[in-house]
Amino acid sequence: MARIDLQDLAHSYHRHARGTEDYALKHIQMSWENGGAYALLGPSGCGKTTMLNIISGLLTPSQGRVSYDGRDVTGLPPEKRNIAQVFQFPVLYDTMSVYDNLAFPLRNRKMQAAHVRQRVGEVAEMLELTSVLGQKAAGLSADAKQKISLGRGLVRNDVAAILFDEPLTVIDPHLKWQLRRKLKEIHEKYSITMIYVTHDQVEAMTFADTVVVMHEGEVVQAGTPEDLFENPRHRFVGYFIGSPGMNFLPCRLEGKLAHVDGAAIELDEGAAAAGHKAQGRLEVGIRPIYLEVHGAAVDGGVPATVQAVEDQGSCRIVTVALAGQLLRARVPEGQAVPRDRAWLRFPRQRTKLYADGRLVNDTQGGT
Amino acid sequence: MEKWEDNRAWFLVLPVFVVVAFSAIVPLMTVVNYSLQDIFGPGQAVFVGAEWFEQMLADPRLHDALWRQFLFSGLVLLIEIPLGILIALAMPKKGWTVSASLVILAIPLLIPWNVIGTIWIIFTRPDIGLFGVGINSLGILDVPFDHTARPIYAWITLMAMEVWHWTPLVALLCYAGLRAIPEAYYQAARIDGASALAVFRYIQLPKMRGVLTIAVLLRFMDSFLIYAEPFALTGGGPGNTTTFLSIYLVKLATGQFDLGPAAAFSLIYFLIVLLFSFIFYQALLNVGKGEKRS
Repeated sequence: MARIDLQDLAHSYHRHARGTEDYALKHIQMSWENGGAYALLGPSGCGKTTMLNIISGLLTPSQGRVSYDGRDVTGLPPEKRNIAQVFQFPVLYDTMSVYDNLAFPLRNRKMQAAHVRQRVGEVAEMLELTSVLGQKAAGLSADAKQKISLGRGLVRNDVAAILFDEPLTVIDPHLKWQLRRKLKEIHEKYSITMIYVTHDQVEAMTFADTVVVMHEGEVVQAGTPEDLFENPRHRFVGYFIGSPGMNFLPCRLEGKLAHVDGAAIELDEGAAAAGHKAQGRLEVGIRPIYLEVHGAAVDGGVPATVQAVEDQGSCRIVTVALAGQLLRARVPEGQAVPRDRAWLRFPRQRTKLYADGRLVNDTQGGT
Repeated sequence: MEKWEDNRAWFLVLPVFVVVAFSAIVPLMTVVNYSLQDIFGPGQAVFVGAEWFEQMLADPRLHDALWRQFLFSGLVLLIEIPLGILIALAMPKKGWTVSASLVILAIPLLIPWNVIGTIWIIFTRPDIGLFGVGINSLGILDVPFDHTARPIYAWITLMAMEVWHWTPLVALLCYAGLRAIPEAYYQAARIDGASALAVFRYIQLPKMRGVLTIAVLLRFMDSFLIYAEPFALTGGGPGNTTTFLSIYLVKLATGQFDLGPAAAFSLIYFLIVLLFSFIFYQALLNVGKGEKRS
């Protein structure tokens, strides 16, 4: 178990990278604390897998340093780093039995037979593979095969970290939930550092204490699930996390008021002050859940028209047009939704200001 | 159940039926016809039953040719399959060298059989051949190298020819099999700390099962039916030492004009190839797949 630091990391798959667009990872500065449960969240192609492979040593970064507990391992291959990684699709040694598959990482490291037997037994117990231990791995179902892959990741108890690269993609939904629960349990019990790559926000939020959001080769925010929801530090986080995503309106700043094509939205003082100092295109952002829709004029309300109402059972998603822009509001069940004309209220604390996609009053400092 | 009122769609398979009939069934039945009768000329045939079969099965020269054939095919498989795998493993994985090595490997496969024979006869000739002159000048052989001089020399030349000609096919098949292994397997093996030998034993070899089955079948059938190379080299000699089944068969059929025994022999030959191909196919398909129950 170890603390993993990535310093000034950058990686390009091109041999002669020119501009930043050639980089799959652009300047990453990141620390993974010992014993943390992390989720690495982002859309396909944002560099999650690249980062994971650099941590495990399958890839050597073009620039920067990887260290485990302060020890530089940048140049070391995975077998010398003592790290476990589970891949998206099950990787099995088909000619071996399930037992031999699970024992393989230990036997390669010349572990004592008694230790191998004990660890394989434990892992099989955890993943409910005990009944198939003697069978050939090739004949099993996709679920069981992926469980074996997971088991090979978990079988060594002295690893620096276990990296999961979208490991539950091929598992059916019911079992997926169970296995994620299991991984969480294992984490709580042994407090091994786990880094879990996914593009599914629900999966990330339920697994991790810290969610790291990546976008186009950069880490745009790392924080608790709650933090990511309440204070998205980047336009992308607002849009990627939460369903539906955050609303963004281009605006012009005048005192404490943000003007959106004639409509004025009052901002928080801190945000307004930071907004005056910020450079770039300004946008007002608000989560659909915080946007209030009223049927009659209210104090600080902005007139808008209701375009559509979508019933989602426990809530309704209202699409409203404001100054030519469409916004979504999430209205709880039972609350009346105006037919045509509506007044929108933007609660001051929940209304964020972004300059060129980045939160203006970012108290946690830059990425 | 509804009945089809019009079954004329069946006529659409007629062309295929005709082609198969003329390419396989009619020639095979002709052979069957010859094998059961003694034919002196048009309209002069006597039904002899299994007589030709009995005669051929008891023929000591056939037995010799058969064992020779098994030895030859066995050696071919033992040399070409491992060698092909080794070549495939050593081949580059990316860059221009891939195309270059594929082209170089494919060259022997593009040369006609009889030309191959001529190339090797010249190559091994003791007076002008590079190999023949070269090995004789070393002076390590008690009898100077000449493929007609000793059975072992003829066999060495023949094996070299065969290996040179057909190992590339095995290598190309294996290379295709290796390239089809997803990168994740190698990555997982590195994470698991597997040695290069373990990667070969537990990933590459099992994943090559399919292509190796094809390679073994093709090389077995082809080497079992070998004709052009020994014919071009020594015509089956020295003595009868390189007289394989097909050489003997052709001698019997066109040399001595014993069409009846030759036809019976052809059918036996055909059944042997079929039987062994089936055995290899089943064995390779099922090796290591048995379920261990505990």
